[in-house]
Amino acid sequence: MKTGKQLLSKAKIVVVGNGMVGHHFVEEMSKHEDYQITVLSAESRLAYDRVYLSSYFAGKTAEDLALTSPEHYDELGVNFETNAKVTHIDKSAKVVTTERGDSFAYDKLILATGSYPFVPPIPGGDVDHSLVYRTIEDLEAIQASADVSKVGVVIGGGLLGLEAAKAVKELGLETHVVEFAPQLMAVQVDAGGGRLLKEKIEDLGVQVHTSKATNVIKAGDKCRYKLCFSDDTELETDMILFSAGIRPYDNLAREFDLEIGARGGIVVDNQCKTSDSDIYAIGECALWNNFIYGLVAPGYSMAKVAAKDIYGEAAEFTGADMSTKLKLMGVEVGSIGDAHAKTPGALTYTYENQPEGVYKKIVVSSDKSKMLGAVLIGDTSEYDSLLQYMLNGIDLPEAPEGLILPSSGEKPTLGVDALPDTATICSCLNVTKGDIIAAIDCGAVDVGQVKSDTKAGSGCGGCAALVKSVTDNELEKRGVEVKKDICEHFAYSRREIYDLVSVGKIKTFDELLEKHGKGLGCEICRPLAGSVLASVWNDYILKKPHLSLQDTNDTYLGNMQKDGTYSVVPRIAGGEITPDKLIVLGEVAKKYNLYTKITGGARVDLFGARVEQLPSIWKELVDAGFETGHAYGKSLRTVKSCVGSTWCRYGVQDSMTLAIDLEHRYKGLRAPHKIKFGVSGCTRECAEAQGKDIGIIATDGGWNLYVAGNGGMKPRHADLFATDLDDETLVKYVDRILMFYVQTGDRLQRTSTWMENLEGGLAYLQDVIINDSLGINELLEEQMAAIIGTYQCEWKTTIEDPEALKRFKPFVNSDKADSNIQFVTERDQIRPARGQEKIAVKVIEPADLVAEEV
Amino acid sequence: MSLSTPTKSWRTICSTSDLVKDSGISALIEGEANSAGEDQQIAIFHIPKSEEKVFAVGNYDPIGEANVLYRGLVGCIDDEPVVSSPLYKQHFSLKTGQCLQEDKKIAVYDIRIENDAVQIFV
Repeated sequence: MKTGKQLLSKAKIVVVGNGMVGHHFVEEMSKHEDYQITVLSAESRLAYDRVYLSSYFAGKTAEDLALTSPEHYDELGVNFETNAKVTHIDKSAKVVTTERGDSFAYDKLILATGSYPFVPPIPGGDVDHSLVYRTIEDLEAIQASADVSKVGVVIGGGLLGLEAAKAVKELGLETHVVEFAPQLMAVQVDAGGGRLLKEKIEDLGVQVHTSKATNVIKAGDKCRYKLCFSDDTELETDMILFSAGIRPYDNLAREFDLEIGARGGIVVDNQCKTSDSDIYAIGECALWNNFIYGLVAPGYSMAKVAAKDIYGEAAEFTGADMSTKLKLMGVEVGSIGDAHAKTPGALTYTYENQPEGVYKKIVVSSDKSKMLGAVLIGDTSEYDSLLQYMLNGIDLPEAPEGLILPSSGEKPTLGVDALPDTATICSCLNVTKGDIIAAIDCGAVDVGQVKSDTKAGSGCGGCAALVKSVTDNELEKRGVEVKKDICEHFAYSRREIYDLVSVGKIKTFDELLEKHGKGLGCEICRPLAGSVLASVWNDYILKKPHLSLQDTNDTYLGNMQKDGTYSVVPRIAGGEITPDKLIVLGEVAKKYNLYTKITGGARVDLFGARVEQLPSIWKELVDAGFETGHAYGKSLRTVKSCVGSTWCRYGVQDSMTLAIDLEHRYKGLRAPHKIKFGVSGCTRECAEAQGKDIGIIATDGGWNLYVAGNGGMKPRHADLFATDLDDETLVKYVDRILMFYVQTGDRLQRTSTWMENLEGGLAYLQDVIINDSLGINELLEEQMAAIIGTYQCEWKTTIEDPEALKRFKPFVNSDKADSNIQFVTERDQIRPARGQEKIAVKVIEPADLVAEEV
Repeated sequence: MSLSTPTKSWRTICSTSDLVKDSGISALIEGEANSAGEDQQIAIFHIPKSEEKVFAVGNYDPIGEANVLYRGLVGCIDDEPVVSSPLYKQHFSLKTGQCLQEDKKIAVYDIRIENDAVQIFV
């Protein structure tokens, strides 16, 4: 709390309206304690998420959609009234009055009254089953109507109209969309894109009628109503849903003499102030620069600006980027900037692939140097890089069409170079690209120095690959020759080492070091060689010559935790497990007192195993039929799956069986990094396959294969690689893709970054894998077959090998346990004791030894 | 230290066959059996290609605060033999105990091979 102001009463802020934007303002404003905020909402409930309104029909409840609650507002110290429609503003007395007659004094008044759906005045349109799509109450009405209707028509083919059509379709009605303009989504998409969009929406079973003006609505013959169009055609329907645009709720401002635009909207300046300097208007009721923003993000910016202006911080609203990327009924649609090429002199490039249902257009400046806008239908994979080009004014490559053309072989990829300086590279330590550049400007000449100067990568370390590419890129720009050498011992890249090993038939690290390297190796080249040797020859990784190559996780076949203990993760293919096996896991965990947790990959993690306990734990597990889950390896982790057509009402293929087969097929495969799969039994995509390295989604005709998706640190939507594959072709493609990745991927490069750095991108990969453009497919399949044929459970092999078991003794000369590993109980399970919780264990410091020698 | 603690001497820890090439093992010197009067955990590395062949350092990682260094990967950085912590990957010199990335140091012990016995002066 600021001093000096405490004796004064708090300034009164009254917010009219509690939609998404009004609520955002409250959140911003309540960060400051000097203000007493009162919210007056005409609706019966507090703010909820209107963007995801359609999910209400997919089972979400009003509570799920809620953005706040009475308790939350109480906590923030915000007064609020629902069902409190404001009907009067006294600007000179600074008081607002509600319908009920309650008055509220204000120092600053915020109008966040939003908008209402525009219903064109069509004769006969005022009937019972004529509805709009805006609030939860509207949805309840639509649901009630759908229960007694067979056919539904949405009037309006814009973004919201198509959302509404999706809802109508999901409610099981025969669905039609009627649009006045000659095309769908006329605001965001050009004519060509609109045509393709229409085709795709119609393929999904929604009938689209463009260039249709409704003259009159009459009683129907077969259905409840009949729409009569100006071209003398008719359409029968039981329900009419209007989604023909929005109009600002500006009547209050209008009535009490605030300036209103010619076509409606409360006029605001760059601080979101209306013509009365103590009254602000934000969101869809506000008219800025003669424009009403119908998206939530600009509304949020306005809310922030207004709040800042009130507490005296400089801020300006200067318009907003209206680019959008969305999925309408499964159809990808992207619109960036000047989609209609309205900029004087603008030039366009268009690519259309009708059979595949893809349409792409870019709009560039007259000198072809800058991106102005784009339209993407059917495939929005380039959306992010095109948007970066536009937002950051990045110079376009020589032939800009390459950005949207498939299989041109040399697709310019927007790599790290194009990231703005503000882009966060290491999120743990909040290091931006700009920070890395600054470190290089101050003299850092390699990744190691950049890391120690910026601390990037010293948190979870997950950004290591990204830090390296940003650093290398910046150094290259400064003319510094960046060595792709993996470390000081080998002047080769991982790919080159792979070739050296396989061509030269090299079987051990010593041989590799002697022939191609120098020194003793290090923690970079040793595991890399271990991984490559395993990929090429698939030996048991703890065989003596390979022992010194494995990271501790691979050596002890478990993931080392912060206190030096390990986790135990048996494979549970596809997440399917019998009750008996589940009981074994519980019994083992209980016996060894292990912390137990279900993982995100649908299996069970047991934590807190000491090195010396690992063999007996695993013996019990192996005896019960478990095998290693490779959770420690740069290898296949899990194949996540739904139950598919076996159980699910919606499943169209047996995703469970496929997932289990794939997991067993590729388990143990060593790769540049970990690999995750997802298999979904229908387009509802419950297994989130499009966020996985290999994603498979069932279709009526087989399987759609996606590649190079990623969740985690840098999420990437997987690319659709091929469609409607049968089982055999699917497995063949996955064999080839994985083997190609294993051979060409960089150290610690996930498939997502591998794909982004692959020259030619997706189209090139399709060419290699589907068309065998490199003539290597037979070889790839043979190599994969060899690896699959030589699989062994590393834990089974280990517990049967007395020599290997020696590694698991706590000390070479004692069976005592490490006294520094201590646990305490939390929520009925163990966790590592923290510093002060530990019973003191003396640690020998160098100084102790010196003192002793004196 | 009390007068009853033993003085420093060469103690046999294990046999050379217990060593693992280019890797580490750990040893426990119990308090009553050594001059410091406290339990000491020692990481012993066998690097046949190095001049010294064997190294002995403290097993405690002062950065990760756990007894894990014997499980780190060994190698060399600018010809200095090092172990890389398996927790956060910092390098510690096997000759001096100095951490190459931070201002931390681990203990270093004298080690020798007598016939088939691995001995540490502790």
